[in-house]
Amino acid sequence: MTLDSTNAPLLRVSSVSKAYGDVVALDDVNIEIQQNEFFALLGPSGCGKTTLLRSIAGFEDPDAGAITILGAGSGAGEGEQIDLLSLPPNKRPVNLMFQSYALFPHMNVRKNIAYGLEREGLGKDEIAERVNEVLITTGLTDKADVRPAQLSGGQRQRVALARAIVKRPRLLLLDEPLSALDRKVRAEMQIELKRLQHEVGITFVVVTHDQEEAMSMADRIAVMHEGRVQQIADPVTLYSQPANVFVADFIGTGSLLRGIVANAVLLLRPESVHISADLAGAQLQGEVVETHFFGGSSTTSVRVAEMETLIVASHPGAPKFAVGERVGISWNADDAILLEDQP
Amino acid sequence: MRNLGWLRVPFIFTYAFLYIPIAVLVVMSFNASKSPFVWTGFSTQWYTALFNNELIRQGFINTMIVAVGATILATILGTLLAIGVSRYFRSAIVEAYSLAPAIIPDLVLAIGLLAFFALVGVTLSLFSVLLAHVVFGMAFVAAVVIARIGQTDSSLEEASRDLGAGVVTTFRKITLPSLAPAIIAGALLVFTLSLDEFVIAYFTNGPTTPTLPIVIYSMVRFGVTPEINALAALLLLVSFTIVISAQRITRLTDAV
Repeated sequence: MTLDSTNAPLLRVSSVSKAYGDVVALDDVNIEIQQNEFFALLGPSGCGKTTLLRSIAGFEDPDAGAITILGAGSGAGEGEQIDLLSLPPNKRPVNLMFQSYALFPHMNVRKNIAYGLEREGLGKDEIAERVNEVLITTGLTDKADVRPAQLSGGQRQRVALARAIVKRPRLLLLDEPLSALDRKVRAEMQIELKRLQHEVGITFVVVTHDQEEAMSMADRIAVMHEGRVQQIADPVTLYSQPANVFVADFIGTGSLLRGIVANAVLLLRPESVHISADLAGAQLQGEVVETHFFGGSSTTSVRVAEMETLIVASHPGAPKFAVGERVGISWNADDAILLEDQP
Repeated sequence: MRNLGWLRVPFIFTYAFLYIPIAVLVVMSFNASKSPFVWTGFSTQWYTALFNNELIRQGFINTMIVAVGATILATILGTLLAIGVSRYFRSAIVEAYSLAPAIIPDLVLAIGLLAFFALVGVTLSLFSVLLAHVVFGMAFVAAVVIARIGQTDSSLEEASRDLGAGVVTTFRKITLPSLAPAIIAGALLVFTLSLDEFVIAYFTNGPTTPTLPIVIYSMVRFGVTPEINALAALLLLVSFTIVISAQRITRLTDAV
């Protein structure tokens, strides 16, 4: 994946706000999404991520702000910013894959996929050709004449995806695309989605509440909370340099410690914490309260007197200390992350 | 069937209570005797007599005009009412009021409509009966369609818009087909209800155009003849066929 930073962004969300009565769903949201990017909107339920997605698709009307998309192709409209908010959903060059998949129950798979192309007024032959092509891409050729009710969850998800990408949108929005699938299929589809995105060369925006899902698929992630964007960064940066306590807590695991550094919160990721029998040379001392062995690695939780949060350390191999033992805790100053203490 | 234990007894009794009179009626319609109570042999003469009875034939034609007309109008209006109520109001009170004509006692509805027709100067005729049947029929269609809308995924229509369809195309290609089973079931329901509706038709009809139930009523006043039995048996056949097909249609598409 190459992100050409000299290019204008494909999608620009500027100062978008939306409230339902007293409930603020979006609060001055600013996001720029590059061409061919796999972008994730991540946050707990009610953080506004779905409202933002639906605003881009045209099913919600923001109270304030602008959403624009870069004009397609060559010629007059090239490079121009198109105002999405002035267009009805059916005129926007974006497609949404619904959380429920929203497959039309009275049409077979082929008809479902062809529906969007028929609306564009394309010729029969071209529609058939493009539908067949996408059936192959998504591995649905042998299910083409079956109705959605006869498909498994994973197959339905493929049909929903096929129906959206066959339109060749500039931007594909996916609302919790994997939430309806069971664990095993979900892992397969994560890889599948990533492969498809490369293959069809469409910009993806995925909404998810699952941080592992976002981290494993997305090039960049916007973490949202209470209608506001907390941080936009690539997964590694989010993990190693969270912008605030919320992001630090939401992404990955770790111990947030107050009271060690004045007016700040210290974040220790488990892999940065070293525990040893050497009490004198350690920064903190505590008592082991819990150990877990995961086969290849284990975690040890330590309670430090007068401190609410347990400090968790992870290390390869079996646990080295038993519950109740007193241990010393140390870490490299470079690995500790200092965050401003928010109310 | 699961083992009902002692509940089997009242179950059999209620079923017998319900269907023995109907069975007697059907059997007696094939009775050769003129007396409706004494069996003397098998005959289809009463069915022949029925088809030659001018009064009944005219009543049947009148009833069909009302039933078909009321079904068409009530189905269209009831469907629109259902979509309007569930889409634009989302209020339990508005919904309850739109279904009221199905629950209000027929007599109340009949008197109300009679007063209304007199007020606006509609001459009582088959047309006024038809309009009256549309009123309660609409409510039945709406009730069935509203229930169906509650079961359908509202994102279907959004998906259609998202894929490039306008409002009208979405309604035609997605909304209507997904509601079709309920609309058909509602239509069949209105048809059967209109077919044997007596009270409202009696109040809102003109003197020269009696519907079939009114014809039967005036004939029965002079005693039940085997001819009436034959007619009732035929009506029963029509109603059963329609009710069963309505059920099949809803069940078939619910499985999808």
